[in-house]
Amino acid sequence: MDGVSFDVHPGEVVGLAGESGSGKSTIAHAVLRILRPPALITGGQVLFAGRDTLLMEDNELEQFRWQNISIVFQSAMNSLNPVMCIRDQLLDVMEHHRLPKAEARSRAVQLFDLVGIDPRRLEAYPHQLSGGMRQRAVIAIALALNPDMLILDEPTTALDVVVQKDILQQIATLREKLGFSVLFITHDLSLLVEFSTHIAIMYAGEIVEKAPARELFENPLHPYTLGLMNSFPSISGTKHKLAGIPGSPPDLISPPGGCRFHPRCAKAMAICSETAPISRAVSSNHSVSCHLYGESR
Amino acid sequence: MIQPSHELHPLLEVNGLTKRFPVGTFLRSHQVHAVEDISFSVPRGRVVALVGESGSGKTTTIRLIARLLPVTAGEIHFAGVDVLKSEPHQASLDYRRRVQMIFQDPFASLNAVHNIAHHLERPLIIHKKTSSQAELHERVCDLLETVELKPAEEIARRFPHQLSGGQRQRVAIARALAVDPELILADEPISMLDVSIRMGILNLIDRLKEEQGISYLYITHDLASARYISDQIMVMYAGHIAEGGESEEIMSRPVHPYTQLLLAAVPDPRAGLRTDRGQTARGEVPSLIDPPPGCPFAARCPRVMQVCRQAMPGPTEVQSGHWVRCHLFGPGT
Repeated sequence: MDGVSFDVHPGEVVGLAGESGSGKSTIAHAVLRILRPPALITGGQVLFAGRDTLLMEDNELEQFRWQNISIVFQSAMNSLNPVMCIRDQLLDVMEHHRLPKAEARSRAVQLFDLVGIDPRRLEAYPHQLSGGMRQRAVIAIALALNPDMLILDEPTTALDVVVQKDILQQIATLREKLGFSVLFITHDLSLLVEFSTHIAIMYAGEIVEKAPARELFENPLHPYTLGLMNSFPSISGTKHKLAGIPGSPPDLISPPGGCRFHPRCAKAMAICSETAPISRAVSSNHSVSCHLYGESR
Repeated sequence: MIQPSHELHPLLEVNGLTKRFPVGTFLRSHQVHAVEDISFSVPRGRVVALVGESGSGKTTTIRLIARLLPVTAGEIHFAGVDVLKSEPHQASLDYRRRVQMIFQDPFASLNAVHNIAHHLERPLIIHKKTSSQAELHERVCDLLETVELKPAEEIARRFPHQLSGGQRQRVAIARALAVDPELILADEPISMLDVSIRMGILNLIDRLKEEQGISYLYITHDLASARYISDQIMVMYAGHIAEGGESEEIMSRPVHPYTQLLLAAVPDPRAGLRTDRGQTARGEVPSLIDPPPGCPFAARCPRVMQVCRQAMPGPTEVQSGHWVRCHLFGPGT
């Protein structure tokens, strides 16, 4: 990951799109400071309501995680403890943050109601729940302390489309009700356009384009974004041949010099292999890192 | 209508195919109804997509057709021959040549200790496709070029771990092509690949259909890719085929409540996410262990009737070539 900047404002849903290995999850982990060694944050700031989380002491961090920002990991199956019932896992989070026991218990029931599971299932162990229910339970745990922001790291990739739609609708409804912001990470661009207010497109560890969701969908500028749009067949409208993008994503041990996308880019120019483009604003809320849109064209 | 004789029969025709797996102990034995009375055909030179959620029986269906699993009941006709009668115990070498398979995971379907040339030489040798070592090498290079892996000489010497996922899936396709198959069973061939390279694989499948007249049975959970690649679509739910017909017809005029639910769940950037719940059917796919009689979708169906819990309806044709198994459209045949 290299020189990534973006903002999430209160109440926004910011989508991060990119292929596997583009650095999407690394961002989520860096924000919460849960990266495992040998990963190292070598520079930059993560400002949450003005405070830099990268400078927080351990006890501050403990407060910050879950109370301010919580995360829903990719596979709900693996993020729940198989030998603890769901209620205990919910209470665990709340008791750790010093909520009185009685209050935590009534909150657990309330949370299950919120995410649409019958509170009688609180006693259940993870293996007794279906994939969709487990993902809902994980969302309930993430919402336990009423966080200001929720990070969803590919929350529905392991689920069927019908369940996926159901869960995303639920999150959208909860967001309207509770007013938290969302950082939504996925490789499925069509899902992002539907679900988020703003989108950032990542390629090989860098953000190549940022814009409001509608704007990005209607007016994509970066050749990679265009290629991605050309990789999702539609379920309605006329059928045309889609080309995808030639080649495969680069190896980040030795990323290509200049613009990291140039070996796969149909519009690559001489300058693209030499200098990396910097992000330029093409309008007040739309920015792109590509030499095609520079002054030096 | 006059047709050439070899087109009288569809290439593959499946009738009442059923697969049950026994589970449980001797005293409390149960049966998983994985595939239940499905019938369809694959015409020559066409792509038929079998679409369904996980656990709907798609993969079991193609494993039955590939003869990797014994069939509980039903018939499989290939080029007009009832293969379960003519070769009851094991598929013949000829059948295995004519019906090939591409698997979902290109990281698992290639052998890590052998180079790419080895993977492509094996089928050529087993099916006696070449007579000399020089010809063998030439065929391997031809195959790699057909699937757009260049320079072929160099790729042939590489090992699977030196190739990307997309390149590996191309090798798997070349391996299937090596024996000049007539039908390729493709089990979610793009679902494990990066999004930007998926279209390349689908376009390759489409090109091989056009150039070599290969038929495909394409398995997927993704309706959008099914619409992109296939001529016909069949929608599977809990071991049954709910609805089938020409792709455009199914996508634009779905009639089965399950197909409508599935289509409504596919993200469509043109429309924003609707927070009104509308007709969303809550609940999930039912258990397939000793299921109750009737339509398996009855428990979730927004338009369920009394009769739905009693009997599974037969197929009813709602349009030419478009059929559905749903009581809303009559008891069927």
